[in-house]
Amino acid sequence: MSNLLVAENVTKKFGGFTALNNVSLEIPEGSIFGLLGPNGAGKTTFIRIINQITYPDQGNVILNGETLQPKHISQIGYLPEERGLYKSMKVGEQALYLAQLKGLSKVEAKKRLKYWFERLEIGDWWNKKVQELSKGMAQKIQFVVTVLHEPKLLIFDEPFSGFDPINANLIKDEILLLKEKGATVIFSTHRMESVEELCDHIALINKSNKILDGKLIDIKRAFRTNTFEVGIETPNKMMLRNELSDRFVTSEAFFKTVGDELKMKIQLEQGTSPTSLINYLNGKGVITHFVEEIPSANDIFIQAVKNNN
Amino acid sequence: MNHLLLVIKREYINKVRNKSFIVMTFLSPLIFVGLAALVAYLSQINSDSTKTIAVLDESGYFEELFLSDGNLSYHVLENTTLADAQNLVKGGNTSGLLYIPSVSLKDLSNSIEFFSEESPSFNMIEGLTDKIEKKIFNLNLQYNNVDATKIEDSRVDVDIVLENFSGEKTSKLGNVLKLVFGGVAGYLLMMFIIIYGNMIMRSVIEEKTNRIIEIIISSVKPIQLMMGKIIGTSLAGITQFLMWLIVGGVLLGLVSVIFNVDLVEARMQQPQMLLENAAQQENIDVIAQSLISELFHLPLGTLIASFVVYFIGGYLLYSSLYAAIGAAVDNETDTQQFMLPIIMPLMLGIYVGFFTVMEDPHGTVSTIFSFIPFTSPIVMLMRIPFGVPIWQIILSILTLYLTFSLTVWFAAKIYRVGILMYGKKASYKEIFKWIKYS
Repeated sequence: MSNLLVAENVTKKFGGFTALNNVSLEIPEGSIFGLLGPNGAGKTTFIRIINQITYPDQGNVILNGETLQPKHISQIGYLPEERGLYKSMKVGEQALYLAQLKGLSKVEAKKRLKYWFERLEIGDWWNKKVQELSKGMAQKIQFVVTVLHEPKLLIFDEPFSGFDPINANLIKDEILLLKEKGATVIFSTHRMESVEELCDHIALINKSNKILDGKLIDIKRAFRTNTFEVGIETPNKMMLRNELSDRFVTSEAFFKTVGDELKMKIQLEQGTSPTSLINYLNGKGVITHFVEEIPSANDIFIQAVKNNN
Repeated sequence: MNHLLLVIKREYINKVRNKSFIVMTFLSPLIFVGLAALVAYLSQINSDSTKTIAVLDESGYFEELFLSDGNLSYHVLENTTLADAQNLVKGGNTSGLLYIPSVSLKDLSNSIEFFSEESPSFNMIEGLTDKIEKKIFNLNLQYNNVDATKIEDSRVDVDIVLENFSGEKTSKLGNVLKLVFGGVAGYLLMMFIIIYGNMIMRSVIEEKTNRIIEIIISSVKPIQLMMGKIIGTSLAGITQFLMWLIVGGVLLGLVSVIFNVDLVEARMQQPQMLLENAAQQENIDVIAQSLISELFHLPLGTLIASFVVYFIGGYLLYSSLYAAIGAAVDNETDTQQFMLPIIMPLMLGIYVGFFTVMEDPHGTVSTIFSFIPFTSPIVMLMRIPFGVPIWQIILSILTLYLTFSLTVWFAAKIYRVGILMYGKKASYKEIFKWIKYS
């Protein structure tokens, strides 16, 4: 799979403050790429560089094999975190204006807007003024304007904020559909459950440095600790608990079951196969639960940032 | 379509469609004409009301002088003492008592007194003084056996005709016209800068507070957005100005028609004054004719061309600063600290224009200020009607437009950084840092 966007050693300083330090990223074509990091890490600066709102002090950004240049604006759709609309303008003419700025002709923009407005069931808003809309309604308009010119690269910064669960789901499905149609998506958010759901690649930026990137699955594999969550039915839970604690590194486990079994997390030494654990436990009672603990995006985020600090 | 054109179009349409803009466009001339009509009406009422003053002339020089004239009528007292007269006036409804004691003609000049409850109006006292002075002057002439008619005949009005070496003539009236042109042009420019500069600033702040700026700026270059805003708002401003001229002109026409009717009625009631008025009318016609001929004597082409050039240059220079201020702050209340450096040179331009240029259009001060780009649009516009060497005009225009491109560059830098700064309180120090960023 080729890369749609490549950032090479991008550095950006604001006076004495370094917002991005030598950051290199590769964003594969057709992926949903999670751009993660704590507040103030430099994500927005990076996104603004891609949008040519600011320019890097050092380094290159390459889109589709070409160094980033003004003509690429029409190939990028950007939904910023701080977003709004002109309050006194009507929805329709505002959407037309923004679409024309992205290079669409008036006729074409009108046609596509009609399609999208009907699709998101907001057709009757055309002549409404923005100040009459709720926040969620305004978000829908902004989403439409972002995707209207069918850009190759879509950048969403906290796209779900301000949406109720129904509309958030609607937008999520639209994002997945756009990906199906071949768009590449950069997705920046603090909501790790949506990262889990949507992203296939992620990069983690902390304190202006990239500390982690790659396929989400690969990263999860790397962050595995060979820990298993087990449930065993045994007549004497106390005895087994003590026995296990002596033999392995253990901790308490919490999961829902219908029985009254002993629940524990057991961490094996690196390289030890779970088969030996299963064999061992089999002799102690009935195994009702045996799951490898896979780190969530949330765990990875917290752990990586902690280690880095 | 070109991005700049799109931005201009949006700014223009949005401004022109704005309710308060429409209201102001039609209301301002209405208020202006209304006020003018009110003032005219009030002063008419004021001059219509007649006052009576009592006169006690013990000297006997002024018989026949105190017949009622205009809106002042006289109640001439005879055979009474000053004390009695004072008592009479105090209780009655006359506005005062003019007392001329019985002294020699020589001592008369500083022994006449006026008694009243409230201090009398300046105009009335001026009128009385004038009347009495003329009379004493004539009496003095008679006393010295001088023929008054000969004195009148010897009076002349001198009008020095000004002519430059290429043969263009101007008169005093022409000079006044030049001052009026310069004054109006300078004042218009200042008003335009203040009104529409503020409008640009507000429109920049609006984009920041609406949080739409980042969406816009990902498709339009900041400098395009800024120039689009400036040009769009200016076009809206020009539209408003034209509307004001048209609406104001029509209204003024209507009002003056109504007033003319009034005047005719007034004449019918006072047939005596008809003759005087006719003479005045003739006089006005003569003045109007010479005014028009003077107007055509002015280098109109040069004046209009330089007005356009300086107007555009000066306006763009200041409005780019306004845009930069808008970008630097989060809300309108924060703009105060940055307003002074903008208003100061404007005011300076107007003051230098009105005081120095009037006194000496080619003096050192006027010349220097007509080169400084922040004052040159106003000061040079005022100087040009008096004839300025072409090299001075070229130099001044060059400096103006060079500074304009510098301020635009400088404003664009502040703009580019500023529009994406939320919640940061802008200080001069902070802004200086921004300029270094980008």
